[in-house]
Amino acid sequence: MSRLRALLSREVALAWGRGGGPLVAVGFYAGVATFLPLAIGPEPERLAAIAPGAAWVALALASLLSLERLFERDYEDGALDLLLLSPTPLELTCFVKCLGQWLATGAPLALAAPIAAIGLGADPSMAPLVFACALLGGIAFAFVGGIGAALSLGARRGGLLTAVIVLPLFVPPVIFGGGALDAFASGLTWTSGFALLGAYAAAAVAFGPIAMAAACRNALS
Amino acid sequence: MSWAPAFLSNPERFMAFSRWAAPMFGVIAVVLAVIGLWLGFTAPDDYQQGQTVRIMYIHVPAAWLSMFVYVCLAVASFLSLIFRHVLADCAAQAAAPLGAAFTFLALVTGALWGRPMWGAYWVWDARLTSVLVLFLLYLAYIALRASLDDEAKAARAAAILALVGAINLPIVKFSVDWWNTLHQGASVFRGDGPTLAPVFLWPLLIMGLAYMSAFGSLWLVRIRGEVWRRRAEAAAVRAARG
Amino acid sequence: MRGTARLLKSLGEGVIRELLIRDAAIRRGGRLLFEGVSLALEAGQACALTGPNGSGKTSLLRAVAGLVRLEAGEIGFGGVDPLEVRGEGLHFVGHADGLKPARTAREELDFWTGWCGGTAASAKDAAQELELMPLLDLEVRRLSAGQRRRLAMARLLAAPRPLWLLDEPLSPLDARWREAFGGLMRRHIDGGGLILAAVHDPLPLPTFSLELAP
Repeated sequence: MSRLRALLSREVALAWGRGGGPLVAVGFYAGVATFLPLAIGPEPERLAAIAPGAAWVALALASLLSLERLFERDYEDGALDLLLLSPTPLELTCFVKCLGQWLATGAPLALAAPIAAIGLGADPSMAPLVFACALLGGIAFAFVGGIGAALSLGARRGGLLTAVIVLPLFVPPVIFGGGALDAFASGLTWTSGFALLGAYAAAAVAFGPIAMAAACRNALS
Repeated sequence: MSWAPAFLSNPERFMAFSRWAAPMFGVIAVVLAVIGLWLGFTAPDDYQQGQTVRIMYIHVPAAWLSMFVYVCLAVASFLSLIFRHVLADCAAQAAAPLGAAFTFLALVTGALWGRPMWGAYWVWDARLTSVLVLFLLYLAYIALRASLDDEAKAARAAAILALVGAINLPIVKFSVDWWNTLHQGASVFRGDGPTLAPVFLWPLLIMGLAYMSAFGSLWLVRIRGEVWRRRAEAAAVRAARG
Repeated sequence: MRGTARLLKSLGEGVIRELLIRDAAIRRGGRLLFEGVSLALEAGQACALTGPNGSGKTSLLRAVAGLVRLEAGEIGFGGVDPLEVRGEGLHFVGHADGLKPARTAREELDFWTGWCGGTAASAKDAAQELELMPLLDLEVRRLSAGQRRRLAMARLLAAPRPLWLLDEPLSPLDARWREAFGGLMRRHIDGGGLILAAVHDPLPLPTFSLELAP
């Protein structure tokens, strides 16, 4: 147990960088929030209509950006070998790595999401739901993204390959979360979309580490 | 894999089996397609859609196959992972591009059908989006296999991906039941039995069998090609060292 | 009971009585690296694995560690469950040392010692023995290759385990430290441990030799 705790604090510390980690993600968010109005045109109604969805998509992309650090570094410098050669099952190790990734980048992004959405013109009443969806979505993206990161270990253009693999798997949570936000904005029931998002996140947490561990073992063999 | 029939587990027996089976399936496919298309084009016009309903005979079986091929891919991947069997791996590699092709056909013919029916080539509803996701999964599988230099590792990694992506299949199948969508609900594979009139149903089923047979033939041909390619490479490596 | 067993293991005493490799063959990337390789190593013995580059020394070490699958043959640990051995019975020191450049030496030492089952006290003792104390507050990226290797090897002392799998352990070290490590390895052997090391140059301790020729 103390092993996993030590691993978690190490993962969070590494992902945080020297204060760099969440800043990069938040900076990405700020970039999206700035570019969208420039590209779409500043009409408030149009921006407000897409604001929650855009914040959501930016969350997915920011999660994608931080995936490369999840396994690739450990794979290259031999740490993954050592993490495997331990009484702790590799599945648990992968779980903790993804959790650390989410704590370091996903959770801060979830905090930034409502701000970005409101900044783009979404109704402030949406903020709690945007935050909740971003929290769950961040978990889903971290664990599903981990599968993609583990599968592309050792490939050239690993980052691009991870994106290709992970894109179809990101679609369901984006649809569920976006659907929930959309329904809320239109006054319809948002609970079913939110529940599906939660279910997807739960499945990702439960089964993702198994796939990740299998992929890591394959890469190390 | 001692429990599997010999022609599936033994590469030599498989090659012998597929040598006659592949052309046979091909012939069956052509015959069934001719019958199915003839029946389909001589059936009465749909009272709502008129002539365009005929695209159904191309579109619907393609959609069925896109999912069926993924099931084959997932099963082959599973066998390849657990039993490390060469033929299972060849089968998985051979199936993926075929599945992508069927899915692409379904998407394109669906768009051509959707234009006159709904007024749009594409809508982001549950069924269409999840079939698009299926297409992206096929592409991801192919990309993953191609990106890793070590073939054995690439095969195993892709097999893991195929199994992870299998979760998408129930979503595709049941998406039209979960959401109110533009795409029509299931009319053939329903618990209560098909709702299509027999004059439309029979050509559809025959086309389905035709597509299945075509897939069987193409799949066997591609597996054979894959087996030959590996043999040739192994021989080249041996020659280089000797 | 488990605690006692752990204590016995941590003394490196005879929990792994032998390493048995029988008719091993490994294939990588379609190429058969070697076949028919056999070795019987008993507690208190060291074996130097030699052979040209690409002959499969690293792969054999990784196969013993359970990372790589054998194409043929088997590897046994004298009746001990291989899962147990690979979880807590062996140390694997490869070319790469698993140290993160941005972290301090102390953080890395503490983490890897803890991960391998050692304690903070044993980490400190190891650091003292390997003269790492003045380096502990430096970031890993500021250490020389030899210092990094000493830091990586510190966990071998801080978290005792019977079987050591070493891949060219002494290459970045200078003459003085090579001799010192020779002494450490001899101490490990005398305490009932086993060492299988892939090397290009002879080790400064008496060993068997296993050559992998293509």
